[in-house]
Amino acid sequence: MIAKRTFDAVIIGGGGAGLRAALQMAKADLKVAVLSKVFPTRSHTVSAQGGITAALGNVSEDDWRWHMYDTVKGSDYLGDQDAIEFMCRNAPSAVYELEHMGLPFSRLDNGKIYQRPFGGQSQNFGGEQAVRTCAAADRTGHALLHTLYQRNIAARTQFFEEFFALDLVRDAEGYVLGIVALEIETGLPCLFESRVTLLATGGAGRIFRHSTNAHINSGDGLGMALRAGLPLEDMEFWQFHPTGIPEIGSLITEGVRGEGGYLLNKDGERFMPRYAPKALDLASRDVVSRAIAQEMLAGRGCGPHGDFVYLKIDHIGADKIKTRLPGIRELAMQFAGVDPCVAPIPVTPTAHYMMGGIPTNLHGQVVVPERYGPEEAAPGLYAVGECACVSVHGANRLGGNSLLDLVVFGRAAGNHAIEYLRENPIPRLLPADSADVALSRLARWDRSQGGERVAPLRAEMQRILQAHCGVYRREDLLRTGIEKLGQVEARLTEAAIEDRSRVFNTARLEALELENLLLVAHATLVSALARTESRGAHSREDYPQRDDDRWLRHTLYLREDDQLDYKPVRLKPLTMATLQPKERTY
Amino acid sequence: MRFSIYRYDPESGAAPCMRDYELAFEPQGKKVLDALIAIKEQVDESLAFRRSCREGVCGSDGLNINGVNRLACTADLANLKEPIEIRPLPRLAVIRDLIVDMSQFFRHYRAVKPFLVNLDPEPESERLQSPRERAELDGLYECILCGCCTTACPSFWWNPERFLGPTALLQAYRFIADSRDQTTNERLDFLEDPYRLFRCHGIMNCVEVCPKGLNPMAAIGKIKSLLVKRVL
Repeated sequence: MIAKRTFDAVIIGGGGAGLRAALQMAKADLKVAVLSKVFPTRSHTVSAQGGITAALGNVSEDDWRWHMYDTVKGSDYLGDQDAIEFMCRNAPSAVYELEHMGLPFSRLDNGKIYQRPFGGQSQNFGGEQAVRTCAAADRTGHALLHTLYQRNIAARTQFFEEFFALDLVRDAEGYVLGIVALEIETGLPCLFESRVTLLATGGAGRIFRHSTNAHINSGDGLGMALRAGLPLEDMEFWQFHPTGIPEIGSLITEGVRGEGGYLLNKDGERFMPRYAPKALDLASRDVVSRAIAQEMLAGRGCGPHGDFVYLKIDHIGADKIKTRLPGIRELAMQFAGVDPCVAPIPVTPTAHYMMGGIPTNLHGQVVVPERYGPEEAAPGLYAVGECACVSVHGANRLGGNSLLDLVVFGRAAGNHAIEYLRENPIPRLLPADSADVALSRLARWDRSQGGERVAPLRAEMQRILQAHCGVYRREDLLRTGIEKLGQVEARLTEAAIEDRSRVFNTARLEALELENLLLVAHATLVSALARTESRGAHSREDYPQRDDDRWLRHTLYLREDDQLDYKPVRLKPLTMATLQPKERTY
Repeated sequence: MRFSIYRYDPESGAAPCMRDYELAFEPQGKKVLDALIAIKEQVDESLAFRRSCREGVCGSDGLNINGVNRLACTADLANLKEPIEIRPLPRLAVIRDLIVDMSQFFRHYRAVKPFLVNLDPEPESERLQSPRERAELDGLYECILCGCCTTACPSFWWNPERFLGPTALLQAYRFIADSRDQTTNERLDFLEDPYRLFRCHGIMNCVEVCPKGLNPMAAIGKIKSLLVKRVL
């Protein structure tokens, strides 16, 4: 028997998505619990820098339809146009709402929210550069996360800090009835029974060796979904951010280029005009990352190993850098040993964002394929944020659209869950074996003895993904990647931890996290091997062209036998005309 | 490199102790967190510490390093005298090894009502705020709640239950200073208390240790002068 707690809704994850959804439900007087494996303000949303995109038109004339056009184009036409319309249309109200909540946005002289140019943005459906990304200096994620946490304090949301979610509880009819979690401080498992379960567990960028992601980004929600028999969508699409600090991985925001910075190769040449004659350094991230990779492959990378390029910003002046990019200056000085006011910052493409995730509709409901009809919602289960795939980012996310995704769909999922709870007032019976999967996972590690350690296996997985599934992919590389990863998976079943304490056992946590990471890594490689085209962030050397006839569709990966299924891209927006796929140039 | 690290596991029955570690590690460009991770991965997996962003913005890894409270992820190894002594943040109960119980710290944070209160009907777009008004929040909103300042403050050591500590007071002032907030008076009423605010004796440890370069003492000074002004 394990302890049981009962709530109307349980939210797993205390980042921007989870906190926005929690706020919506708490304001509706529901009994909501937010579980987070770290104190909420330690969530990775805190590291977002450049801003949140919304067509406010505070600086340049703007229209949410133009934002929608840019997002569809940025997604390389893989994004679902109904969801993208929903997000872009609701963006201004979502941002104003954050301002009303107290988010300390930077301001223009007229007192309105400050906006800066970001990559892939245009006015008038592909015209001049737009200025659309709302910013709190270069600490927008920090400001957003803290503001949402503060609002949840005001709304008296109940937090379970340092609780690690293990597995979903699902009954025979597919209803999700809660989760089993581990209280990290005591090491005791407990059951959270709830009619609504919302996954907001963030990304899994730690499958790669070089990643901008925090240590905590281990794809826990994705592991839980796969173990519960749910699919993952579009897992081959991982964004490599063009400007991460080499080796360290820390993000240098696109806002640096938005404020006037540009990239240089070892010859001091500004090379982006050769790759994106119009948008230059503010082309889409996939385009800029490939350009940097090409420069390095051609021997024009900087440093003794030619493995980075320079990002120059000193020409905008120290005053502007100190007011608009103070956090970047701090990061560059601390981690690259460079003051950007006087010298360029070394940068290199770095794994950053997972476009794929748990498939949802635009209400945040998790949807699963049905054999004889269209997809259906998994009752009681929601997913929002980076762990979810709505899909608004398609094959490549635009900068500034991630924070937007969190708040727009966090709010939408919260609203839908309120309705769902009203229509489903009676809790369903918990199956007798509710906690079995989770408890057996714990028991496996508690019994382990004398085997290999977990850390080297994690490092091996990260090396494999980096080498076999990076900016450029190829069939032979992916195949050997899957083989090598298989060996790591086999070794993990024999691995052991020696820490036997129940109290704050981080060795055990890291083992449980690695189980999730490996599932995500595996789904990534299998999905990437199958997609024989290049689209957005998925670049196949052996299939360099986009192939709309065969591949204008979403991948669905299921854990059982590595099955792949596909579903069509939703090309029909809610009210607008379809944006037909066409050649994508910047 | 040589390290001396505070170890404590309540389940072991053993008293807390400092344990020595040696690590073949090139300190150049590396941080204390890199060394802690290397020790955990290569020497002793039972070493417990918190970490998340590893870039100084999440506030997870505030520790006492060679006697100074700072973030492990931004503390350069090359500048530290060996053996590097690593302890949990002072004055808080230790849960295990380098992990402290932060609940008192967060109770104080919540006590100052760290959220904007504005009862006017919400306008259709943003509330206006001039760049100058917004600049009043610089040096306040950036706090990462790491606890380095509060646990370095002797006034907090003596009165941890009643003195709010520099972190919470900095956040109290962050909302007083916000041109959009309408509850300055209520906030000042709450703070006008011999313990909550006035136990600050200007020792300035908070300013010395803040890893984000913030100045809680200046904020406390501004609250005090607002209280004085209110009486006059």
